[in-house]
Amino acid sequence: MAKMELRLAGSGGQGVILATIILAEAALSGGKNAVQSQSYGPEARGGMCKAEVIVSDEDIWFTKVVNPTFLLALTQESLDKYGKGLDKNCVIMADASLEIPDCIKDNKVIKVPILKTAREVVGKGFTANIVAVAAINEALKLVPFETLRDVVMARIPKGTEAINLKALEEGEKLAKTL
Amino acid sequence: MPAELINKYMREAHLPHIWCPGCGHGILMRDVAQAIEDLGLDQNKICLVSGIGCSSRAAGYMDFNTIHTTHGRAIAFATGIKLARPDMNVIVIAGDGDIAAIGGNHLIHAARRNIDMTVVVFNNDIYGMTGGQFSPTTPTGDFATTAPYGNIDRPFDIAALAEAAGASYTARGTAYHAPLTIKLIKEGIEHKGFSLIECASVCPTYYGRKNKKGGSVELMTWQKENCVMSDKAQHMSKEELEGKLVIGRLSEKDYPEYTEQYKKIIEKARK
Amino acid sequence: MSKRVLMQGNEAVVEGAIAAGMRFYAGYPITPSTEIAEQSSVRLPQVGGTFIQMEDEISSMAAVIGASVAGVKAMTATSGPGFSLKQENIGYACIAEVPCVIVDVQRSGPSTGLPTSPSQGDVMQARWGTHGDHPMIAVSPSSVSECFYKAIRCFNLSEKYRTPVILLMDEIVGHLREGVEIPSVLDVEIINRTVKSSEGHQPYEGDIHEIPGWHLNGGGRYNITGLSHDLSGFPTNSNEITDKLIRRLMGKIEHNADDIIEYEEKYLDDAETVVLCYGGTVRAAMSAVLEARKQGVKVGMFRPVTVWPFPERRLKEISPKVKRIIVAEHNYGQIVLEVERIVKNDCKIDFIGKVDGTVITPAEILKRIKEGK
Repeated sequence: MAKMELRLAGSGGQGVILATIILAEAALSGGKNAVQSQSYGPEARGGMCKAEVIVSDEDIWFTKVVNPTFLLALTQESLDKYGKGLDKNCVIMADASLEIPDCIKDNKVIKVPILKTAREVVGKGFTANIVAVAAINEALKLVPFETLRDVVMARIPKGTEAINLKALEEGEKLAKTL
Repeated sequence: MPAELINKYMREAHLPHIWCPGCGHGILMRDVAQAIEDLGLDQNKICLVSGIGCSSRAAGYMDFNTIHTTHGRAIAFATGIKLARPDMNVIVIAGDGDIAAIGGNHLIHAARRNIDMTVVVFNNDIYGMTGGQFSPTTPTGDFATTAPYGNIDRPFDIAALAEAAGASYTARGTAYHAPLTIKLIKEGIEHKGFSLIECASVCPTYYGRKNKKGGSVELMTWQKENCVMSDKAQHMSKEELEGKLVIGRLSEKDYPEYTEQYKKIIEKARK
Repeated sequence: MSKRVLMQGNEAVVEGAIAAGMRFYAGYPITPSTEIAEQSSVRLPQVGGTFIQMEDEISSMAAVIGASVAGVKAMTATSGPGFSLKQENIGYACIAEVPCVIVDVQRSGPSTGLPTSPSQGDVMQARWGTHGDHPMIAVSPSSVSECFYKAIRCFNLSEKYRTPVILLMDEIVGHLREGVEIPSVLDVEIINRTVKSSEGHQPYEGDIHEIPGWHLNGGGRYNITGLSHDLSGFPTNSNEITDKLIRRLMGKIEHNADDIIEYEEKYLDDAETVVLCYGGTVRAAMSAVLEARKQGVKVGMFRPVTVWPFPERRLKEISPKVKRIIVAEHNYGQIVLEVERIVKNDCKIDFIGKVDGTVITPAEILKRIKEGK
């Protein structure tokens, strides 16, 4: 497997940090090496939030993403900011509500209704990160769905299993129908 | 009897002490020793913690497990000791500058937690060790080397401060009223929770001299003539209490004690 | 076989500390070290230990010393501004010889600076932050696994040498999550303080190679003070005794440097250029060194794991054999001063320092490696 450098960006409180933790844990469970890190401002909610995962079969030394092979953007602000300067091979997953800026016109851009699906299909907006995780896992063929499911179930608060499972299934469905 | 007390509780090799002739601290140190003797406590189970200042030298003179810490931090060190060894009797001796200025934050928070320790404040209304600067208990209008035109700060009532912050036992004694002060220290040690006994000391060298209030005899005479017992003070008007010092037990409450509460946390976490 | 789990550097510190025997933690919340307090509050009561959130950084350090003199292994964690506030009491632990561990997860400063951004600007403060001459040990991990094992080592060194030890982290490693194997049966030795119990024994007795034994567990009613003291632990004004005390304090680290100092070397055998770095910066440096080697450049890496005491003798052996040492650190130039003092004219010294709150990248180091070639 080639080294994957994933960057997830959104607004504080959307759960992108947890999403990267889950992806890193899933990769680890799948026998790969993974590192996860994040950067954020002083706000606990709102403000821009960026979190990263590197997945590789080999040792991972530098811990930050240098050339993203994948970008997830959940807000226009984060798409505009992190869309700049991307390698042409970087795959971008953007929420369907966002406008695609010129700078990524030549990239493969997947528009996925993550926020809407969480809100209207799953029924809770806060599950957007879990919907996203499943969509990313499916799009990148990272680990089997069952592996991802086990990781998610171990990370979430008790009593939210059913809704998070629904979020995972809907997320995978979104990516499969692309 | 005093000689016996000294043999048992003082480290003779480290005497005489550094306190000035006429200082009230020696009397208060003896009061602490007498209270411990009266209670029949195991010397090895007592940890005496002090900060920095004249009063804090008491730790070196008294034969217990003693620790002379940094300025203002005695209560914070004592908090660590008590949590590590809840079976120890932890006694803090501190001065007014130590506990109400630089260490004021630790005083109010230890009181708020109601952690089981006894704080005996040797309050001489002045910074003695550094040579007579005004402290947070120096009365307004008094003089000090850093208040050459008279002190404009308003003084803290340390016992009231501790009570308001959540201390479950507060009292006030004086260098003059030795039997009372011994009794109050005993009550404080026996009390489960944060107890504070503010003890009015006398500083003839700096406070007395700077304020033309005379030597030790005059300062103690003031204590003799101007103190009012707390139960009597309850029935006195504000005007009648003007210029008086209320002594005796000031407050006693039944709050949950911190180390007991933490034991429950451990039980909960281990389930 | 232990399972590989994803863990954050800050969390691994707590697991390592508990494995080393930490049973007391006092702290105050501060980014980017807060997870250490949070995790300690969860984990310590589970093992019968105590966590307390104090009213400030100063009291946290004081409570840690208090718990340690009462015989319990104790730790606190903080970051830049809080590290500054702890310094007076760290000095107390030095002179009174109280074992304890202080974690500093460095962030951009001075003052409040960039609270969530990485930095290594506290390196000199770690060495000389408290006033007066004093010994200091500081250990700098560069992976999550090392956060676990170096936390154990900090406790071991602290107990063995009766001195505060600083686990000098940075935001890069503190907030990093990666796979780590926490052994089900600990594979390293745990050192516990020796306590001499005889009454009448001088608690600070022994030459500079020995560590005085004392306190509450021992049965003797000793005195502890931050004043200059004699072997009995009581204050003294003697210049002669003070001289002996300070020389013994410095000496117990200096004379045991071989036991304390730890460093790591990579590809030094034929190296013409050496990248010298520590902590989180190692991650970028290793990426750059591996890439340069792929391109045929003879470059290696030298990494002090104990930043203090600095591996001076080893660096002095390396420096005459190489053409250039590139020091890379996230500050305006702190360890580079130490390197210049040691290396003198043995070889050229280059410096990469970053103070903008971003991370030094492998590309920046690689560029410098190739520039000087």
